[in-house]
Amino acid sequence: MTRLTPGFAAPVLDAQASFRVILEAMSRPGRLQRIEARITPPAPLCTAAAAALLSLADADTPLWLDAGEAVAEWLRFHCGAPITQEISAARFALACGTAPSLEALDVGTDEDPQLGATLILQVAGLVASEGWRLTGPGIQHEHRLRVHGAPAEFTAAWARNHTLFPRGVDVLLCAGDSIAALPRSVTIAEG
Amino acid sequence: MAVLARASAAELADRLAALPELPAAETLRAPETGLVMVRGRAGGDGDAFNLGEMTVTRCAIRLGAHIGHAYVAGRDNAKARMAALLDAALQDGLLHDALMRAVVEPLAAAQQEARALEARKAAATRVDFFTMATMR
Repeated sequence: MTRLTPGFAAPVLDAQASFRVILEAMSRPGRLQRIEARITPPAPLCTAAAAALLSLADADTPLWLDAGEAVAEWLRFHCGAPITQEISAARFALACGTAPSLEALDVGTDEDPQLGATLILQVAGLVASEGWRLTGPGIQHEHRLRVHGAPAEFTAAWARNHTLFPRGVDVLLCAGDSIAALPRSVTIAEG
Repeated sequence: MAVLARASAAELADRLAALPELPAAETLRAPETGLVMVRGRAGGDGDAFNLGEMTVTRCAIRLGAHIGHAYVAGRDNAKARMAALLDAALQDGLLHDALMRAVVEPLAAAQQEARALEARKAAATRVDFFTMATMR
């Protein structure tokens, strides 16, 4: 039996603070934000990805993940989110290993683009001020972001995702307690 | 669990205080209060309907390898925590029998007694309509 660990220490305040951080990350694409909440999620889940899911996922958001049974049990207990094997049915997808292709995720419809899924991608490291050049809404000139351990061909897949706008998939990049967002409106150029 | 959920916070605290020290506990889900919809069926086999909402406090506590859950009526956080702690301790094979003797059985007996008393009081005022109809 796996050892279940606690979630947020102060569920309401920590979830609100983390939500605020994710909102900030989404409104300034590519800018690194830091999750303040102290949590000890089961391996291989990192703090930022765990906080994002605890804040966002609930009983109405089917969740797909590749992080193993311990993480699935932890998220089921603390979020009550139904775990789905069908990635196209998921509202949130958590990728700790090989990232699923963006095309596999639900992109929403033209009438309801908000139904597009959010991919929470756990990567090896995030560094600002080098790497990709991001432009788009929320960015005055350009933001730089280097993603260590980004999936192969990610920028090409992202370009295809971007053309679907207003439909599409949003991505939250998590490493340790750092989080950066790639909303579907952003354009990525290799730096 | 039903016995623990029905017991009052004071009863649980008394019984817990009389126990030897339990192993260190970790709170998985701090007591939180919410509403649950109570559903009913008229006559036991009619259509389901929503009777109303009820305040419930839940808590989950890990004691060693065991996880105790409690859902208790009302808003008493301390009671939910004690019930969850006892639920976890009761899953421990070494503690189970002693706890059943020291906590659960006395509480169950007291609740049974209170219920019987209530039933006796109610029975004293019962009117048997069948008897009335056949009386001259």
